[in-house]
Amino acid sequence: MLKIENLHARVEGKDILKGLSLTVKPGEVHAIMGPNGAGKSTLGNVLSGREGYEVTAGSVSFEGVDLLALEPEERAAAGLFLAFQYPVEIPGVNNTYFLRAALNAQRKARGEKELDSMQFLKLVREKLKIMQISDELLHRAVNEGFSGGEKKRNEIFQMAVLEPKLAILDETDSGLDIDALKQVAEGVNALRSPERSFLVVTHYQRLLDYIVPDYVHVLAGGRIVESGDKSLALKLEEHGYAWIAERHPEFAGQALVGERA
Amino acid sequence: MSEAARTPFVESLREAAAAAALPGRGIGWLDAARCENLDAFLAAGLPDTRNEAWKYTALRALAQRPFALGDAQAASRPVEAAALALAGIDGPALVFVNGAFRADLSRLDDLPAGLSLEPLSQVLAGEPEPLRFALARLYRDGGEAFARLNAALAGDGAVLRVAAGAKIAQPVRLLIVGAPAEGELAWHARHVVELGEGAELELIEQHLATGEQRHLGTQVSDFVLREGAQLRHVLLQRAAAGATLVRRSGYRLEARAQATLHALELGGALVRHDLAAELAGDGARFVTRGVFMPTGRQHIDTQLAIRHQALGTASESIWRGVADQRGRGVFRGAIVVAPGADGSDASLSNKNLLLSGQAEIDTKPELEIYADEVKAAHGATVGQLDERALFYLRSRGLPQTQARALLTAAFCRAVFDDLPDAALREHLDTLLIGQLPS
Ligand SMILES: Nc1ncnc2c1ncn2[C@@H]1O[C@H](COP(=O)(O)OP(=O)(O)O)[C@@H](O)[C@H]1O
Ligand SMILES: [Mg+2]
Repeated sequence: MLKIENLHARVEGKDILKGLSLTVKPGEVHAIMGPNGAGKSTLGNVLSGREGYEVTAGSVSFEGVDLLALEPEERAAAGLFLAFQYPVEIPGVNNTYFLRAALNAQRKARGEKELDSMQFLKLVREKLKIMQISDELLHRAVNEGFSGGEKKRNEIFQMAVLEPKLAILDETDSGLDIDALKQVAEGVNALRSPERSFLVVTHYQRLLDYIVPDYVHVLAGGRIVESGDKSLALKLEEHGYAWIAERHPEFAGQALVGERA
Repeated sequence: MSEAARTPFVESLREAAAAAALPGRGIGWLDAARCENLDAFLAAGLPDTRNEAWKYTALRALAQRPFALGDAQAASRPVEAAALALAGIDGPALVFVNGAFRADLSRLDDLPAGLSLEPLSQVLAGEPEPLRFALARLYRDGGEAFARLNAALAGDGAVLRVAAGAKIAQPVRLLIVGAPAEGELAWHARHVVELGEGAELELIEQHLATGEQRHLGTQVSDFVLREGAQLRHVLLQRAAAGATLVRRSGYRLEARAQATLHALELGGALVRHDLAAELAGDGARFVTRGVFMPTGRQHIDTQLAIRHQALGTASESIWRGVADQRGRGVFRGAIVVAPGADGSDASLSNKNLLLSGQAEIDTKPELEIYADEVKAAHGATVGQLDERALFYLRSRGLPQTQARALLTAAFCRAVFDDLPDAALREHLDTLLIGQLPS
């Protein structure tokens, strides 16, 4: 489904990703862990086509197509979804209106029939069962005045409606208390399927108790430096990121820093 | 006469004026005022950019263009009723085509009690005296060239009066239509609106075109609100893409009178609107909300001048500008709180968005306070669309143009949020979105 090879990317003249490779097959859940500043969000931004994130080498293929050649909206229509670490507040744009416009734009791009407002409402009602959002928030401007937790839930709700093939969840757990974390994880688990894959980006192991990954990778210094199963996350939890630095002396003095997980 | 004034523009209007047979000829004070204003116009011509009020709006190209006065066939130009319709609103309407009153398109039957609505030409033929104060004015400032021209050459317009205490439930519409003609012509409209004590009125002023043309239109409107009167003025400007439209709207508010303007400026090639409000009576309140959206090579200039002259007066102005392609927007918001206007409250905000690298908006808020205990706030910004928001929308599948349009509409929309009429609000929204590339 997703094949990243030797990806190098630069932001504002600074090399952030330095030879990252990763393969994700349909239905798999991959966790990506790493210290702050490791380049986790950069990876999500590069994959979804954000301007200013320059790919200097490497390739990304998504379902056989060159992902990097597509515009952000084309990537979305192709089935890619990024749940933002910091969802953006957009005053004046109604949450539900926006979501319907986005869904229909994707459907149109794929040559599918657009949904009328009745069909869309029905879909929303169905998806609310997966991720509960209050009526009031549904009709507010996108993320405007939402609490941190509400923003994250809104991201998952949008994901439920848009039904992507590959979802990148960028620190969807940050800023959530344990109850909210469980609800968000339940929402994600309800969306797991043999056709849908996830890249779960997180700084902490905690989320992975609830969204159990098939693979865990450690991103440091712009590359995947460790890969394993879910036990790797536990090891990291136990030893902290300093442990990575010890195992990879080539990073000595670099900003992968041994901040404890 | 200065040589500078001898331009094709001035010369064509000199000829036109000599040949004009204007309604109201023979009314001594009117003849005198027309004559004096014409002489002033012919002597000084159009202002140049050294005139502070015209600093950002150059008239050099206009000065080279001759215009014919009026349209001999204005009475028979075809106008489809559907083009004039406004969904959900049908009430009294006064329609002018290329400056001429069109009884066949207007709706003046069954006027509600307390409302008087007549074309100026008709009032001049009947009882012109009450209009003397408005029509006998001399424009002494060189920057007021178009007002001079209008005073000299306007033959028609709307005269709208609401009797004291009358609350007119249905909105009244004023439609100013530009229609293609054989050549490029100049029309001039003069409107006078007076609300008696405690009267209430909603006026919807629309500038429309039935087809492409490059006419010049000048318009001068006077609004007088007596004590406690309330006016809601909605202005939808969609002149032809080639049209030149220069307007001056003056508001005089007596004690506790309240005027609210919602303006949407979309059309025209060269567009100017001078809005001048005088808060003359204690507790008067003036609210303006506006959006201007020049695109292509449009130039849209709004000059807002508010004078607080009495105790406890209030003004609140929120304007948004959006310039795309090579569009140019100009906004000047000048507020003066005169000596004695103690306890007044004045706020003005003008935020602008540039959608292309070649678009330009010049904004200039000015605030002068000569009174005590005044609350005043004003600010202006020029920026671009929020890249983060744009990416967020695109990452969910919205194509770039649609995402930009959505954000731009959102930027403007807040300005019309407080318009109570939902149908009208929706109409404005549709017009606004229609102006954006899709
Ligand atoms: N838009 C940006 N502008 C400038 N620097 C950036 C930008 N995005 C990321 N960076 C830099 O790239 C590095 C990696 O950041 P990021 O991908 O956000 O890390 P993580 O998500 O792993 O905490 C950091 O040094 C950060 O400062
Ligand atoms: Mg991050």
